[in-house]
Amino acid sequence: MNTAGTTPGTGPLLEIEDLRVTFGSPGPRGRGRVVRAVDGVSLQVGRGRTVGLVGESGSGKSTLGRAALRLVPVRSGRVSLDGRDLTALRGRALRQARRDMQMVFQDPYSSLDPSAVIGDSIAEPLREHEGLSRRDAERRVKELLDVVGLPAGHAGRYPSEFSGGQRQRVAIARAVALNPSLVVCDEAVSALDVSTQNQVINLLEDLRARFELSYLFIAHDLAVVRHIAHEVAVMYLGHVVETGPTDRVYDSPAHPYTQALLSAIPASHPRRAGTGTRMLLSGDLPDPADPPPGCAFATRCPYAMDVCREAPPATTPVDGGGEVACHLQTSGPTLAGRTLDAAGVRAERDGSPDVVPAAVRDAP
Amino acid sequence: MSAPTATTTLLAVDDLRVEFATDHGWSTVVAGTSFSVGEREIVGLVGESGSGKTVTGLSVLGLLPRGVGRVASGSVTLGDRDLLGLSERELRSVRGNEVAMVFQEPMTSLNPAFRVGDQIAEAVRLHRGVSRRAARDRAVEVLDLVGIPHARRRADEYPHEFSGGMRQRAMIAMAVSCEPRLLIADEPTTALDVTIQAQVLELLAGMQQELGMSVLLVTHDLGVVAEVCERVVVMYAGQVVEQTDAVELFDHPRHPYTEGLLAAMPQLGSRGQRLSSIPGRTPEPWGMPQGCRFAPRCGYAVDACGEPPPLVTARSGHLSRCHRHDELTLRGAR
Amino acid sequence: MTTTADTTAALARTAPVAPTRPGFWRRFRDNRPAFVALVVLALLVAASLAAPLIAPYSPEAIDVPRRLSLSTPDHWLGTDSLGRDTLSRLLYAGRVSLLAAATAVAIATVIGVPLGLLAGYVGGKPDWVLGRIGDVLMTFPAIILAIAIIAAMGPGLQTAMIALGIVYAPRLFRVARAATLQVRAETYVEASISIGTPAWKIIPRRVLPNVASPVLVQVSVMLAAALLAEAALSLLGLGVIPPTASWGVMLGSGFKEIRSTPLLVFWPGVAIALATLAFNLIGDGLRDALGRRTRKADS
Repeated sequence: MNTAGTTPGTGPLLEIEDLRVTFGSPGPRGRGRVVRAVDGVSLQVGRGRTVGLVGESGSGKSTLGRAALRLVPVRSGRVSLDGRDLTALRGRALRQARRDMQMVFQDPYSSLDPSAVIGDSIAEPLREHEGLSRRDAERRVKELLDVVGLPAGHAGRYPSEFSGGQRQRVAIARAVALNPSLVVCDEAVSALDVSTQNQVINLLEDLRARFELSYLFIAHDLAVVRHIAHEVAVMYLGHVVETGPTDRVYDSPAHPYTQALLSAIPASHPRRAGTGTRMLLSGDLPDPADPPPGCAFATRCPYAMDVCREAPPATTPVDGGGEVACHLQTSGPTLAGRTLDAAGVRAERDGSPDVVPAAVRDAP
Repeated sequence: MSAPTATTTLLAVDDLRVEFATDHGWSTVVAGTSFSVGEREIVGLVGESGSGKTVTGLSVLGLLPRGVGRVASGSVTLGDRDLLGLSERELRSVRGNEVAMVFQEPMTSLNPAFRVGDQIAEAVRLHRGVSRRAARDRAVEVLDLVGIPHARRRADEYPHEFSGGMRQRAMIAMAVSCEPRLLIADEPTTALDVTIQAQVLELLAGMQQELGMSVLLVTHDLGVVAEVCERVVVMYAGQVVEQTDAVELFDHPRHPYTEGLLAAMPQLGSRGQRLSSIPGRTPEPWGMPQGCRFAPRCGYAVDACGEPPPLVTARSGHLSRCHRHDELTLRGAR
Repeated sequence: MTTTADTTAALARTAPVAPTRPGFWRRFRDNRPAFVALVVLALLVAASLAAPLIAPYSPEAIDVPRRLSLSTPDHWLGTDSLGRDTLSRLLYAGRVSLLAAATAVAIATVIGVPLGLLAGYVGGKPDWVLGRIGDVLMTFPAIILAIAIIAAMGPGLQTAMIALGIVYAPRLFRVARAATLQVRAETYVEASISIGTPAWKIIPRRVLPNVASPVLVQVSVMLAAALLAEAALSLLGLGVIPPTASWGVMLGSGFKEIRSTPLLVFWPGVAIALATLAFNLIGDGLRDALGRRTRKADS
């Protein structure tokens, strides 16, 4: 048990191994729907690091974040925080373990109790885990408000008196109150206006440095993730299809889905509109209760080969760091050893993205 | 690069003032907004929450919630007709026919109890007075046009059987089914994923080309504007603060608020740097600053900003509501 | 545009906070019918409480020679078949009737609301079992079920109130459960769970305050129903036992003289109607005043 990752203080802070989360039940005679929201995911978050988790709605990224915090039932697999197996904890032990892992939710309008003053919401973790006296808790709340840039005198106000950005600051104050090691940010800035969004991102970065936090930063906004994350994991239909250092993933994505996601980012200037090589995906996400056999992305992948529809791809390392789960890395002879990026660009320039997959399919 | 005067004006909104019932009485949420949309032009109406952009879009079609919102003054002209002067009955013949609307959340605009194809066919019959069969064919035709595979079969399905992206396509199909002259799209891609957003924007631009209609795209996202819009109207706190052609706006903004928005746009490759933002928050309708409404958040504010600035021509085809538009050199998008 | 952390934070600090909407009391008061109803109810309650002080006669003072009199300077509202003063009896009866209604609803609340919170929060089997028990109880008309319970336990005011409490409990259970289900799905409950707060603290601290509004509305409407039910049971001789006066008892004894002295049914009838209407209007007022603020119209 002394291998890296199981000893406190060394190895990754959060380690997720082959995690599965399902919703629904098979029902009598298998008529029910079982949605495999998270389907065999392994992921690590290092100490003081920010890992961005991206993917479309329905990809399971939010469920993965919640499962990491044991907020949804885990079907199988393991989650450990600082070497401690969270999946084995129950009841009181689990509640106590929660002081080290906190969450910032997407909607600042519903994550704060509307009938409690914000000071009460921020004090909740302090009351629960530190048993602070009323006066001590009040003092800590004032300090925390100051940390997140809100006037200390506002502790007695109700959430409805604040704007979305201010509420998110309150939620962040509550999340860092116990000085946790891990904070899961679930679309924490998506509901905010552009002008306030950046304020909150700056705050999150300040806090990471100040409290040595690690973030699992779940977002659909790829530009925000590129700014904040050291590493990125891309999810599709319950699977992590690609991981790696942020720059590597953004500069030379190894998975066709990552490519498609990145190419869909809107231009930042009208003059650049339509100049990139946009890889438009056809169709939508498949039904997660009835995922395709083989690679989950095969139904929408412009490079899909026969093998993609038959067997799930193995995970292989990528040059420049990280891993990818794609048959093109292992079974695509004409593509092996080359980055997909180059292949994708060529396909796009030829005007027919079908050219490459056809070539691949015909190869021995 | 077309100045607003170069094309024939299709929609002209002039000095529009809209009030909403709030806990503080009737509050002005749109204060004297003026802009126009030319024939075959895609215009972006940009603003954050509380800017009044959505209310402006709704007012054009007389869709303000009764008893909650009302147009206090101003005019909305489509071609040579004053839309605000029309009766509810006359407005109904304009809606969906000459002007169509697409909303952010397609599920709320499609009736869950009826088949998608029937809903589109009904709109066609209502405005075109064609036979049931012809309307039905038209419905399938437009579903096919917006790229819904197996359109004839899918027309028989109910809205809940469509995915989010498909529903938005169906909404667009319904909107274009009567070949409107103007399409008002209110945050049509905000609820969608980025890959689907790219599809829908492509579709909107394609439809605009194919049908030769004009589009008023209401959005908070400058990236969406950059993708498809030719001209941009920027709203802040119920007023138009800047209006010009898209490239010009991104290169040479003439209002500090626009500069702030552009600077706040997510940039690739900015890790380690602090992100730029606009301090403070949008004022509430009942607490508007006396002078320039942006002044309390503006880094360039001077004493003169205590007076409300007019919307003036800063350059040919470029309007700005800033006292200092000619002395400031503002940064555009990178 | 300077946007360092310090200026941002400083500006966030000075940022104006939206003016709060008029408080609950202000909103309730602006609702004319509800406010008038509250005043009427307050007067009724005050008069009943002050009965020993303001009643001109003892409610049980018999004065046979002046029986069944109409309004006279001595007896403003007349007398009944035993010559007892109607006004005095009405005032004393109000204490019994209002207290009885309040007791019944209090019993229903104590049973229904905690179980509703539990069922809604925990879900699963407990929810299913409690829900079915409630369904069974609610298939019987309230009055019939109350009569059955009284039949088993013997007549009397206390039994009648317990019976009514049991009959009404499933209604409050349903309201509390439905509201709890909604609150349970709110992110702030998930936030409390993620903090590590145990359920037995989350339910009273985070759930109860947020289900209070619908429960309160239901309670006020239920008070009206309980008042009527008390009258009905007493009228049937299953509730308050004479000579104690309640509005229902007065109504019942008045019926015997309805041909000669219809005023005897009129006055308790007015009292019951007034109180019932007041409770209902207050319920409406609460509903409006407690309703969640809808988000602002514009994006």
